[in-house]
Amino acid sequence: MINDVSISYLIFLMPLLVFAINGLFLGRKSDKAAAAFAVAGNGIAMVSALIVAVHYFSSTFAPQKAVLFDFPFLSFAENFAAKIGLLIDPLSVMMLVVVTVISFLVNIYSIGYMRGDRSAGRFFSILSLFSFSMLGLVAATNLFQMFIFWELVGVSSYLLIGFWYHKPSAVSASKQAFILTRFADSFFLLGIVIVSYVVQSFDFFTLNGLTLAAFKKETIDLGLMVVSKADALIIGSILIFTGGWGKSAMFPMHIWLPNAMEGPTPVSSIIHSATMVVAGVYLVARLFPFFAVCGNSLTLIMWVGAFTMIFAAVIACTQKDIKRILAYSTLSQLGYMMFALGACKTGDAVIATGWTASTFHIFTHAFFKCALFLIAGSLIHQVHTNDLDAMGGLRKKMPLTYWSSLICVLAIAGIPPFSGFFSKDEIILAAFQGHHYVVFGLAILTSGLTTFYMFRLFFLAFHGAPRSESVKQGHVHEDFFMTLPIVILAVPALLSGLLGKGIFEHYFVPGRLRVPQLVLLPHAEWIPYVAVAVAAVALLIAWFFYASPKAKVERALDESNRSALYKVVYHKFYFDEMYYAVVRQFVIGGIARVARFIQDYIIEGILAFCIWFIHKLGDLVRYAQGGNLSFYLGTLIIGVLLWRFLGQLPF
Amino acid sequence: MDTLLFNLIWILPLITVLACAPISAQKETLLKTIHATSGTIVLLLVGYLTYRLYTLGVDSAAKESAPLLLHYYMDIPWLHMFNAHYIVGADGLNMFLLFLTAVIVWGGILVSWNIKGNQKVFFALIQLLATSVYGVFMSMDLVLFFVFYEMEALCMYLMIAGYGSGRKDYGGKKLTLTLAFGSSMILATLFGLYFESGIYSFSLVELSKVTLPMDFQMWAFPLMFMGFAVSSSLFPFHFWSPDGHSAAPTAVSMLAAGVMMKMGAYGCLRVAMFLMPEAAKIWLPYVVALLIFNVVLGPFIALRHKDLKYITAYSSISHLGLIFLGLAALTPVGLRGASLQMISHGFLTGLFFATIGMIYERTHTRDITEMGGIMRKLPFLGVGFVIAGFAGLGLPGFSGFIAESNIFIGAFQQDSTLTRIVTVLAILSITTTAVYILQTANRMLHGNMPAKYETLTDATFREKLVVVVLVLCLLLIGVFPGWIADMLDQSIAPMMRW
Repeated sequence: MINDVSISYLIFLMPLLVFAINGLFLGRKSDKAAAAFAVAGNGIAMVSALIVAVHYFSSTFAPQKAVLFDFPFLSFAENFAAKIGLLIDPLSVMMLVVVTVISFLVNIYSIGYMRGDRSAGRFFSILSLFSFSMLGLVAATNLFQMFIFWELVGVSSYLLIGFWYHKPSAVSASKQAFILTRFADSFFLLGIVIVSYVVQSFDFFTLNGLTLAAFKKETIDLGLMVVSKADALIIGSILIFTGGWGKSAMFPMHIWLPNAMEGPTPVSSIIHSATMVVAGVYLVARLFPFFAVCGNSLTLIMWVGAFTMIFAAVIACTQKDIKRILAYSTLSQLGYMMFALGACKTGDAVIATGWTASTFHIFTHAFFKCALFLIAGSLIHQVHTNDLDAMGGLRKKMPLTYWSSLICVLAIAGIPPFSGFFSKDEIILAAFQGHHYVVFGLAILTSGLTTFYMFRLFFLAFHGAPRSESVKQGHVHEDFFMTLPIVILAVPALLSGLLGKGIFEHYFVPGRLRVPQLVLLPHAEWIPYVAVAVAAVALLIAWFFYASPKAKVERALDESNRSALYKVVYHKFYFDEMYYAVVRQFVIGGIARVARFIQDYIIEGILAFCIWFIHKLGDLVRYAQGGNLSFYLGTLIIGVLLWRFLGQLPF
Repeated sequence: MDTLLFNLIWILPLITVLACAPISAQKETLLKTIHATSGTIVLLLVGYLTYRLYTLGVDSAAKESAPLLLHYYMDIPWLHMFNAHYIVGADGLNMFLLFLTAVIVWGGILVSWNIKGNQKVFFALIQLLATSVYGVFMSMDLVLFFVFYEMEALCMYLMIAGYGSGRKDYGGKKLTLTLAFGSSMILATLFGLYFESGIYSFSLVELSKVTLPMDFQMWAFPLMFMGFAVSSSLFPFHFWSPDGHSAAPTAVSMLAAGVMMKMGAYGCLRVAMFLMPEAAKIWLPYVVALLIFNVVLGPFIALRHKDLKYITAYSSISHLGLIFLGLAALTPVGLRGASLQMISHGFLTGLFFATIGMIYERTHTRDITEMGGIMRKLPFLGVGFVIAGFAGLGLPGFSGFIAESNIFIGAFQQDSTLTRIVTVLAILSITTTAVYILQTANRMLHGNMPAKYETLTDATFREKLVVVVLVLCLLLIGVFPGWIADMLDQSIAPMMRW
């Protein structure tokens, strides 16, 4: 045990050390040293996380819960303190492994990707800051710690999206991402304040063991309304979910994620697909029993997830920027994970499948999506553009990348025996078991769309004739550091579903969740067949349009005569423009303008009036003493007369 | 011994001024070196005394200072005709404020190295200002307190009008006259306290042992509270601060926003709320209504401004509003949050004004629309500004987050509808803060750089030192809040008398 605790420190300390040393010293001296240190540090963290995981799953630990360390951070009252600790349960161990493995591989990849960049040292430093923050987030033992690291991942995401700060588009994207998630976080913070006020604790174990019945009698004043404490908890749970809503870029707070693709591709890979954006899902999964008792919060979560899933998939079918397609695909997959959690609730009962499925999908998705982004990065690095128009025919030039991508694309499409099949199958099953048939239909449909747009991307990038000069002239090659992580990641993309299924169904059983009214339902055997059939049809359609001998790829990419509907989708339903208009017109041009008007004209106006009044008063007094004899005499006479006739004289 | 050292805190700056008096104003380097050395010595002294206070613990507090738990307590009769004493002492609350002051004064001296004009007078004024601020935080007698409090506004005026930029005469006058207006309110209630208490004393400790008549408290509390709140720019008395700050030289902005604006909030807590707790309990839940302007509208006004100092000034207005939210909570967590915010915001805004001043010295403009991309030329200052920004928007790891979370949690414990509404609005306002801070940082530091800035050079060692120390202070509270929170709790507990 002692060993495990000290090893678990390393998981957090190494990335922090890399951040500090690279940020303060190494980064400016030598990029190579910074990169080597980053890879080594994250490697040690990875090994430590794996050791902890192996120990945990070989059940050295208590099966229910384990807290390796929990330092008091800030105490608010007796038994009501914020702590910083490491919670060990299957969910957090899984996330620790995913985050450290992916950080390690992405750090290796970045050696190739950032070669020659003047600020590579800064890059490696902030990347480790991110790893540290993310690890702190997944290890959180309480809401307060979660919020602390939640904000820190937000800021590392901001710094990395805007890494190339001379690029205006990157700077505005980073600002947008930070502000939009911050907007969601303000509700998260409010939720934490309300819930912790009612429960007098931040602790996940306390929150997950709540029953609302105890809070029905007392009331609480929330400013605009007086509600029972039970209702306050429900409101609080929705507010807390809002934090995840923004961080996981669920509709309508999704716009920052595709725009975040302005950052370097390794960043998109680790932060904006594999790890940080699943924080919202992780939050709901972590507090699942709490959400399950809080009325219909889970239903809201399900619909938010389901809508995002189909909405993003539709947009992904029309995009041409390879990173944006992947970004919308990430949104769509996050939608899957989110709705799977929400779909657990049916009536008063809670079904186990969704929770297992969602966490399983976090696991498998992390590998194949990370790999897909790294592949996109390799392609962009070689072809010098994000545009699928300029790719094609890369199959021969980049064989390892090609085969790895095929595995990952099959994985995300949900074709057996690749990893995505297993997790997605369970998610669809969860919707079915919960009797959410509309969402079930949407999930099947989206699985078809996913296959279509992923193979569209795959065929357009690798198959057919080269469509750009750089591909034709043959400068394209595979960089060692950039290909190695892709090939390594292709292995879990292939196997993690098959091998992971057993682990997830054994350890990620909701018996550990302490949810009341938990039921287990049998598997519906026909669902995988339907899902795979839909995916196969979609694959064929994609092949027909983009890769078959008869395919007219040039025409398929031609934008000149599109229908109005296609254009609306292509422009992402104009959500960016709507946001821009709201912020410009309503916030900066509206509220802020009124606020400044109040300050500059009303308050300063009243002040000016006061000053004028005092001056006038001064003038009056000055006149009274100005040496004007007739004025003196006049006032004297009037005064005496008043005195006399008012009858106040004593004589 | 420690008590004598404690008294040196305010005496040393005064001695420095006197020692420098015979030196010719031409010997600028010598003068500056003396002042910088004196500032450093005081900083070390205060640091040592803070550490001592931490190790001593509450048990060794002076018995005669009860109910307060004061260390370094000293009580000497001073003005016999109205029974004023020279009483000084420190608990966690004012010790940290003294430490804050020492850091800001030290930083202010270092960043004013190249100030234009008569440097001898300028540095003497800084030291006098330091003396007065130290005095305010140390004194436990209201006459002594008031004398120092008044002295400070005067120094402020001379420095702004003499060494400022832009509309310096207007800004200086606006600042000083508004503060004088506040002081007049305080003075009126001071006399009220003296007579109404029936013990004819100005000692905080003595006065706190008397229960003041309720009808007196009911009119005196709002008067005194608002009088102090003027210098903490509580709406509707905030108007002096943007003009005052923008006209002031860097060091004065740092001192004004970093330290002087805390004196008001400190007075509200230590004098008004401590001596008139019953009235505080009745009045404060209504005072929060004023915060809608400070906390909610303040950031929006900052959003519409282009001058860095105006932006920071409105940022200060909103952050100081949070102090009052914490005070109005009337709960231990809220008061601790308010005290933490006083300290945290001091370091934070000191860093803000220091980096702004350093950038202004180079670009000769404070208009963010004229700047852009200077991160490439000024990486150190740029990072310093960004850190200040992140600390300002309440990023965990920096002190601002600790203070804000205490204030929010504390304020939510106050069970009045109005307070709840304002608390909810304040929590949601963290977004607006992020918007103006990121907008400012992005416009100024990122994007395309105008060609005229190609020749800019980054911070000198002296400037780096100031930035690094301020950042370390922010981190210290942000990462290890436990011990400072404990010390504040201990000093706040005896003041919770409602």
